[in-house]
Amino acid sequence: MQRRRLLTAAAVAPLAGCARDSSTTTLRFWAMGRESEVAAELIAGFEREHPNVRVKVEQLPWTAAHEKLLTAFAGDATPDLAQVGNTWLPEMQALGALEPLQPWIDRTPMLQAADYFAGIWATNAPGGQRVGLPWYVDTRLMFVRQDLLAKAGINEMPRDWAAWRETLARLRQHGMDKPLLLPTNESAPLLALALQQPEEVLRDGGRYGNFSGAGFRTALAFYLERFQRGEAPGVSEVQIGNLWQEFGRGSFAFYLSGPWDIGEFKRRLPAELANAWITAELPGPTGPGSSIAGGASLAMFKRSRHKPEAWALISYLSRPDVQLEFYRLTGDLPARRSAWAMPLNGATLAEDRHAAAFHRQLERVRAAPAVPEWERIEKEMQLAATRAVHGVTDLDATVKALDARVDGILEKRRWMLDKARA
Amino acid sequence: MRTLHRESLAAWAFAAPALIVIALFFGVPVFAGLALSLTDFDIYALADIGNLRWQGWNNYVHVLSLPLFWQALGNTAYFVVLGVPLSIALSLAAAVLLQSKLVRFKPLLRTALFAPVVTTLVAVAVIWRYLFHVKYGLVNYTLQHFGVDPIDWLGDPHWSMPTIIGFAAWKNFGGNMIIFIAALQAVPHDLYEAARLDGARSWAQFRHITVPNIAPTLLMVAILTTAGYFQLFAEPYVMTQGGPLQSTVSVLYLMYEEGFKWWNLGLASAVAFVLFLIIVVVSKGLIAVQRRLTGEGA
Repeated sequence: MQRRRLLTAAAVAPLAGCARDSSTTTLRFWAMGRESEVAAELIAGFEREHPNVRVKVEQLPWTAAHEKLLTAFAGDATPDLAQVGNTWLPEMQALGALEPLQPWIDRTPMLQAADYFAGIWATNAPGGQRVGLPWYVDTRLMFVRQDLLAKAGINEMPRDWAAWRETLARLRQHGMDKPLLLPTNESAPLLALALQQPEEVLRDGGRYGNFSGAGFRTALAFYLERFQRGEAPGVSEVQIGNLWQEFGRGSFAFYLSGPWDIGEFKRRLPAELANAWITAELPGPTGPGSSIAGGASLAMFKRSRHKPEAWALISYLSRPDVQLEFYRLTGDLPARRSAWAMPLNGATLAEDRHAAAFHRQLERVRAAPAVPEWERIEKEMQLAATRAVHGVTDLDATVKALDARVDGILEKRRWMLDKARA
Repeated sequence: MRTLHRESLAAWAFAAPALIVIALFFGVPVFAGLALSLTDFDIYALADIGNLRWQGWNNYVHVLSLPLFWQALGNTAYFVVLGVPLSIALSLAAAVLLQSKLVRFKPLLRTALFAPVVTTLVAVAVIWRYLFHVKYGLVNYTLQHFGVDPIDWLGDPHWSMPTIIGFAAWKNFGGNMIIFIAALQAVPHDLYEAARLDGARSWAQFRHITVPNIAPTLLMVAILTTAGYFQLFAEPYVMTQGGPLQSTVSVLYLMYEEGFKWWNLGLASAVAFVLFLIIVVVSKGLIAVQRRLTGEGA
C-alpha cells in the first residue's frame, strides 16, 4: 500500500511540474500531408505575435488521418485544433467532438462570411451548426490540351453538355481514340455531374438515397454515354500508370482534377507544352455547371483547454496575407476572396492563367450531402458506376440496387433522427 | 486429503501467472469481440453509448446476406484452393532441389530462396506492382517477345487474383521449404539405395519413398498454410486495395473495411467470428484427413 502510493506520487510529480510552472501555453495542432510540413513555417509568424503561445504541429499522413481522429476521440486524446477535410466535418460533428464556432466568429470582425465562397462556407455547418472555418478550398474542373482542340478546329471551350459531346466527337473524328479520361476508381467526376442536377442526391433530409430519381439518372446516363461512345477508356487510375506522361503524349485531351494538379502538370510536363494546356470550368447540362465544394477546414475540439489561444491561431491562419503565403508554399487555393484579390507576382491570383478557372468555378460549387455516412455512400456510388461502365448492370438496375444499398447504410441514421424527434 | 488439496492449490498458484495473462490478453478481448458482434457499435455509439442497439444474431444474419461477404469468401476460397497447393508444391520442389547432389552452391541458393520470407511485404509488393504493370512491366515486356498480348495483371478482374496468388506463393514458399528440408534430411538413405538397386528412377523414388516418409510433415504444413492463407489481407491491401471490381476483397479485408474504414465495429466483429468458425472447420477437416491417412498407413 505504502509503496503504491509512493509510485503514484512519483508518476504525478513531473506532470504537475511541467503543466503549470510558467504562463506559456502549448497548443497541439494536427495537420495532414503537405500542409503539415508547411504549417510549421506559417506558425513562426504566429508565435512572434503571441510570445506566450507555443504551437506543436503534429503531422498525420492523409491515409491514416481519419482513423486517427476517431481513435483520438474514443481515447480522449484529441488535439486543441486540427485540419479536417470538409467531408469529415459531419462525422466529427455527429460525434460531438467539435466546438461550435459561430460565437467565436461573431467576436472576430476580421472574419466575414461574405468573404468566403458561399458553396464552401455551407459545407462547414453540418446539421446547421458551424464547426469549421475553411482553410483552403478545392473543386474539380477540366484540365484541357488546348493545342489538340485547336488542331481539330475547336477554338472554344465547351460550356455545356451539348457542346462537350460535340467536341469529343470532333476529336474522335480527328483521330484521337479516347479524348476524355474518367478513371473508373474515382468518384469525383460522377459526383460533380450529379451535383449539377437540381435534385438532391439523398432525399428526406439524408434519410434515403435518391439515386433512382431523375437527377442522378441524367448524370449517370451522361457519364455512361462517354464510355459507350468510346470517348473514355474504362480503366482505373492504376492502369494508366504515369498520368502526366500520358497527358503530355496527348493520349487524352480532357481530364477532370483538382488544384493540386496545376503544380504537378507545371512540374512534370515538358517545357514546350507549357502553353499547350489550360484549366476550364466544368460544363453543365445547359450552361456552365457546378462542381464539388471541397477543401479542408480548421476546427477546434470541445475538449481543448486552450480555446482562446486555438482560436487566435485559427484567425491568424485565416488572415488574407497568411492565406496567400500558404498558397505560395503549397499551391492550396485560399478560402477567402480577399486573398485572391491581393497582388501576387505583378497580378492577382484571380488573374493567374491556371487558377482563374478555379476562381470562377468556386463561385459555383455545391456540397456533397452532409451526412456522416457520405464517404461510404460515395464509394458505393463509384462501385455501382464501375459495374455499369463494364456493362455488368444496366442503368435502371444500377440506380435501384444503389438505392437499396444506401438505404441500408442510412438505417441507423433514420433511427437516430426518429429518436431525436420523439 | 489435505496435502492433496494443498498440492493442487500450489499447482494452480504456479500456473496462475500464465493463466492470468491468457485470460487478460486472450479471454477478455475474445469475449469483448463476441459481445461487440451482438451490437451495432458504430460512430454514433462512440459519441453516446445510448445509441447502441442490441442486435442479437442480426449482425450474423446481415453478414450472411451480404453479397460482398459471399464474394469475399469466394475470393478467399479461390486464393486458398489455388494458393496452398501451389505454395506447397513450390516449397517441396525447392527443398528436393536443394537436397539433390547435382546442385552446387547450396548455402547460397538456400539463402536466396529463403530471402522473400524475410523481406518487407510492402516493399516487395511495390516491386511486383512494377513488374506486373500493364505498359511498363517486365512481365508483359517479356511476354511480348513471345507474341503474347499485354495482360493487365492487377487491373483485370480475371487476372488480379492469380497475380496475388503468385505473389503470395513466391513470398511464402521459403518458410515451408526449410521445414521440408529438415523432413527430407530425416529420410533414411538406405531406403533410396535399396530402391536404386531395385531399379527405381528418380520419379519412382520420389513417389514411393520421399512422399510417404514426409507425409506427416506434408499434412502439418498443409494445415498451417491453409489457416494462414484464409487470413489473406496484406497482399490485396498493398497491391490492389480489394479492386478491381472487388475481385481481391478477402474476408479479412472486408472486416478491415467494415471495422476501421467505416467504423461498424459490430458488423466487423461478426465477420471476424464467421471467419474464425470457417478456419476451425477447415482445420478440423484437415486433421481428420490426417488421422485417417496415418491410421491407414499404420
